[in-house]
Amino acid sequence: MMRSLHEAATPALVVDHLTKVFGDRVAFEGVSFEVGSGEVFGFLGPNGAGKTTTVRTLGTLIAPTSGSAIVAGIPLNAKNGSAIRSRISVMPESPGLYLRLTVMENLQCFAGLYELDDIRERIGRALRAVNLEDRAGDLCGSLSKGLRQRVALARAVLNDPAVLFLDEPTSGLDPVATNEVHDLIASLRARGVTIFLTTHRLDEAERLCDRVAILNTTLREVGRPDELRQRLFRRSLDVRLHVPLHDPEALFGAVPQVEGWEQTPSGYTLTVSDPDLAAPALARALVGAGADILSIAESHHSLEDVYLELIDEDVEARST
Amino acid sequence: MSFSWTRAGAIFRKELRDYRRNRFVIGTMAATPVLFITLPMIQLIAANVSGNTAHLNLRIGLSLLYMLVIPVTMPSVVSAYSVVGEREQGTLEPVLTTPIRREEFLIAKALAAFIPTVVIAYAVFGVFLAAAALFAHPVIVSAIYAGTHVLVQLLFTPLLAGWAIWVGIAVSARSTDVRAAQQLSMLASLPPLVVVALIALNVITVSTTVALGLAAALLAFDLLAWRVVAAMFDRERLLTGH
Repeated sequence: MMRSLHEAATPALVVDHLTKVFGDRVAFEGVSFEVGSGEVFGFLGPNGAGKTTTVRTLGTLIAPTSGSAIVAGIPLNAKNGSAIRSRISVMPESPGLYLRLTVMENLQCFAGLYELDDIRERIGRALRAVNLEDRAGDLCGSLSKGLRQRVALARAVLNDPAVLFLDEPTSGLDPVATNEVHDLIASLRARGVTIFLTTHRLDEAERLCDRVAILNTTLREVGRPDELRQRLFRRSLDVRLHVPLHDPEALFGAVPQVEGWEQTPSGYTLTVSDPDLAAPALARALVGAGADILSIAESHHSLEDVYLELIDEDVEARST
Repeated sequence: MSFSWTRAGAIFRKELRDYRRNRFVIGTMAATPVLFITLPMIQLIAANVSGNTAHLNLRIGLSLLYMLVIPVTMPSVVSAYSVVGEREQGTLEPVLTTPIRREEFLIAKALAAFIPTVVIAYAVFGVFLAAAALFAHPVIVSAIYAGTHVLVQLLFTPLLAGWAIWVGIAVSARSTDVRAAQQLSMLASLPPLVVVALIALNVITVSTTVALGLAAALLAFDLLAWRVVAAMFDRERLLTGH
């Protein structure tokens, strides 16, 4: 799918202080972010964080309580609902297929709902994208969960959406089916489709997303996974030795780049200002002290660490 | 965006395909006509034409009333399923995320229940008239054609079906359980049938003008019901329950 230069420069989604309240329950509050065209944007958060409600709001199924948004270049309001829905596609957590209809009949129904012209060609293209050309005549009720998810993905790309919302696309799938869905998302990404991926699977977000947002009713962080790691965690080195040091405080304190240290089951973790400068100096100090070095490596914080750090902060804030 | 028959047509075709493969719907659509053609024919064939006229008219009225139960009962089953059934299957949300407008969705659902119902109800009435002509006493046949019986059948069949459908969809849009929706919509669609029953049983003797007036009133109720159902159909409440 080719997009024009103008389209590439325009954000696919602009969300500004969006809030949704149901009665006295806040679903999400003051959420602001932008998603660029062609970007895969991960939307992470624990159960009940407001992820699905956000997708439904941006998909014009739910009216926001306050705030504003521009979806696929169209301001989000009641009057523009149908126009926005014609430019986007939403794949809910459950595939929601008509089980007594065939794969082809399901797709024909949705092609009609999008008022597509070249229905046969579009359906063929969508089925090829999910490797289901040979299952077009099968009843959806006879398909496995993984295959149904692929049909739902074919349905979601039928109208060549400007923004594709995927809500927990691998929920309940086995590892093989999950991998297939990941490959499909990666291929959509390669085609330049803007994807808004809601998930609580951090490995999925890390693997597929350009940027992620972490939501826990309010938006906690937005950025690239490596940016979030840097923002939340100080840089550090993991040191493994054959035998523990006799006086680690004296040794580590003598290395200028080391700002702090702690003993771990496998060795020591040192907080450093710059790992590239600290590692050689530390190696020299350890060798000078007669230590047998097994390894010195920069600590790697996963997106999971980032996520847990933020969610833990929320839990602590609520309990105080 | 204006009303799109392409989008409404997509839902309409989907509904008909779904019905064709749904044993419960097929069973209802097949059993109802058989039941409602057998019982009135027994009434007519067993009627004593030498008895008093009032008794004979009552039998004819009862037989014709059976015909009018078809457009009330048959669509209420499928229309009561129309929204809550989709919600239970998880198919409502994907449909509502497309550009379809609520008016298009509701008209498509209503037509998919209305057209088969009216076709079957008229066909059953046609078979009833033919069977009466072949097997019933000529006195009975002429009594069927006398007065407003045939006019009432022709006019009220689609209007009663329309009422039953809108009531069914309204109940469906507010329900969380398919069976409860079907039972409630069946009950709620009965009141107009009472008026028609009084006409069919000659409790109310109506002229052609009065029959047309009552039909116009029922048509007005049908149109009002459509507006009310369209206003009740709220995407947010359907998906979130709020």
